[in-house]
Amino acid sequence: MIQFERFTLANGLRVIVHQDLSTPMAVMNIMYDVGARDEDPEQTGFAHLFEHLMFGGSVNVPSYDEPLQMAGGENNAYTTNDLTNYYIQLPAENLETAFWLESDRMLSLAFSDKSLDVQRKVVCEEFKEHYLTKPYGDVWHKMRELAYKKHPYRWMTIGKELSHIENAKLDDVKNFFFKHYRPVNAVLVVAGNVTVERVKELAEKWFGDIPAGEKYNRSLPVEPEQTQERFLEIKANVPLDALYKCWHMGSRMDGSYYAVDLMTDILSGGGSSRLYQSLVKEQKLFSNIECHHFGSTDAGLVAVEGKLVKGVKMEDAEKAVEKELEKMKNEKVAEAELQKVKNKTESMIAFEDMSVMSRANSLAYYETLGDAAWMNFELQKYAKVTTEDILEQSRRIFRRENCSTIHYLSQN
Amino acid sequence: MPDRKHAPEIVDAVNFKLQLKHAEKFVLKNGVEVYAVDAGAEEVLAVEWVFSAGNWFEEQNLVAATTNFLLRNGTSKKTAFQINEYFEYYGAYLNRACYNETATITLHCLSKHIKELLPSVRELIVDSVMPQEELDIYQQNMKQRLKVNLKKSDFVASRLIDVYLYGESHPYGKYSKLEDFDTLNKEQLLDFYKKYYQQGKLVLFVAGKLPADIASLLDQYFGDLPNQPVALQEIMAQPAADRKYRITNDEAGVQGSVRMARSFPNRHHPDFMKVMVLNTLLGGFFGSRLMSNIREEKGYTYGIHSFIQNHIHDTAWMISTEAGKDVCEATIEEVYKEMKLLREQVVDEEELLLVRNYMMGGILGDLDGPFQIMGRWKNIVLNNLTEQYFYDSIHTIKTISAEELQFLAQKYLQPEAFYELVVV
Repeated sequence: MIQFERFTLANGLRVIVHQDLSTPMAVMNIMYDVGARDEDPEQTGFAHLFEHLMFGGSVNVPSYDEPLQMAGGENNAYTTNDLTNYYIQLPAENLETAFWLESDRMLSLAFSDKSLDVQRKVVCEEFKEHYLTKPYGDVWHKMRELAYKKHPYRWMTIGKELSHIENAKLDDVKNFFFKHYRPVNAVLVVAGNVTVERVKELAEKWFGDIPAGEKYNRSLPVEPEQTQERFLEIKANVPLDALYKCWHMGSRMDGSYYAVDLMTDILSGGGSSRLYQSLVKEQKLFSNIECHHFGSTDAGLVAVEGKLVKGVKMEDAEKAVEKELEKMKNEKVAEAELQKVKNKTESMIAFEDMSVMSRANSLAYYETLGDAAWMNFELQKYAKVTTEDILEQSRRIFRRENCSTIHYLSQN
Repeated sequence: MPDRKHAPEIVDAVNFKLQLKHAEKFVLKNGVEVYAVDAGAEEVLAVEWVFSAGNWFEEQNLVAATTNFLLRNGTSKKTAFQINEYFEYYGAYLNRACYNETATITLHCLSKHIKELLPSVRELIVDSVMPQEELDIYQQNMKQRLKVNLKKSDFVASRLIDVYLYGESHPYGKYSKLEDFDTLNKEQLLDFYKKYYQQGKLVLFVAGKLPADIASLLDQYFGDLPNQPVALQEIMAQPAADRKYRITNDEAGVQGSVRMARSFPNRHHPDFMKVMVLNTLLGGFFGSRLMSNIREEKGYTYGIHSFIQNHIHDTAWMISTEAGKDVCEATIEEVYKEMKLLREQVVDEEELLLVRNYMMGGILGDLDGPFQIMGRWKNIVLNNLTEQYFYDSIHTIKTISAEELQFLAQKYLQPEAFYELVVV
């Protein structure tokens, strides 16, 4: 059980305190309820570019990193399609430094041309490093476009194309900030060697006078149900043929989430998982194969991806994958097989919860979803999943008309 | 209204009194040393078996790595599938890794399952059979993986810079080629396994929520292994004569992988811990000179880092980044400019305090958790250092002077000592 206390400031900022006196450190985690899905289709990559700009100085504090490092702290941030998260770890004695820095950038950024100019370049290099220069690096851009027709999950957090980032203007940046980076759209978690009284006092002092802002009401286009299978063939300068298949699944809050999560674990994720054992070890059709889901807040995707053994025909490889999925749809998995992936999940959660930083992040995540307390009920929800549930979800998801396929073929 | 213009008071991390939690050391019947850290709130633990079985000991490329990989791919009683299924059923993570001097097996599990799992790890150490079919699959799949990696400029650059520094016949410089996989055979692997695992030299590390009888459990399952000493041959580095390299790996590449490196002594050299401070200043953290200039000022790259390679023997000081193809040369120029600045100008006290506080805060955070503490101990033991090394490092961070740093920059940050490589 992760213990915590929760209160809300007059401006709507939700604050969660999680005390752990066994560590000398404190963690501050701020999650803003904005991600790439909230972007204008003509200005993609903005939420992530914005994350970079958050380190370019705020209205009263010209440098963010320097005072934090002086206080012995470290920080980082990440952006997903759903949310943006900033976190700091520092010696508990210097907790107030974190309040000072984070509250000032929530108050307002410095909005400097120089910072925008540099971070545009940095993000472009990041784009190249991760998506352009790596073999198969563009495949998830293509897959998202294939699987999503309406919902903004059809682009990656890094953005649809370099030009969207290159063309970002300072005014766009300001509008984005004042729309999303307001107390009403954020969750603040303070964890580690801290007391509730002290956090209350500091939260009032540093965040209390920030204008509430308008609650952002998300109304995103709903992805229409896919009714026909979709297919794309890519030929590129890669050494091996690769197969990618995706199917639509429910949202994070859908009751089916836990069964689907365990279903992907049965298929992949360990040396005794089904796809690996059958397709890599026994049939030797793939040199590696994985099954995972995107874990997204809105309705997401289950994906299977694998690289073919040289000389194997794509048609044969794909048939073998489908055969494994058919088995999932036709026969219940063994009780012991389900128990195995439940045990794995229990152990994974225990390892994650070792770190204060990870606990703080989870509290912020569940609070953003709706309630931080959900964090403590995850294991029970997994425990309730039955072999019937796995069968039902397999049948619901692994349908031909629900599937998008990419054959990524080697030109060589 | 809070005063937002001024930073709140801080306690300088440099004033912290850092303690490395003590590891209990005990010795099994056969002389195997065990280091145990009993700490943490979660009911989890990790055990690491460290063998002197790294690629330093192999007579042919890839024998050490392949033997290590195949440890869990079959015993006389169980198939690879059965072994994996057993560990996974208990939600345990069983990993293995091969390094230069050492090769390891690592088990992470819920503390309540340790008694079920230890006998199965023993089985891997005394009874692996390296099935031919498993070797065939490994060869095929690793060759495919290598083909994909060879398309990546960062992968190619990291291999080549080590070749320049150490030579292709040195354990730190050699790398796997496609044909190396073809020459592997089962007999070689079994010989290596017998000599360096079944009969080889073992050290154990355990950390987390430990059961009260951990010592007797370990003695029961690992106290009868032969644990024979193995000799570590001296192998000299053969650094390349030429210093500058420009390689094209992909004509259409939009980024270059830049590596700059010079040889550097190991942790036993008196300059080592002092240079860790200078390195942090140069490129060891987000606020470093290299990051501030080359990322935050010029936007040439997503990230640039400098570090000392983590080697037990003589090592290297390296600067590494991926930069836009057209700014790779400018990036190298800027790195040299930053080295020059460090040679010619004394770092001011404010910036030095920043580095000290950052490093101290980092160590404080890094000592948080049983596995991190274990990592520190592993570092000390495997590098043949003592606990005092930790406290000496802290003392160096707190007290090294700006003048000493300048002197070290003059001694080591000389452009002519550096290899330069760009792979596009």
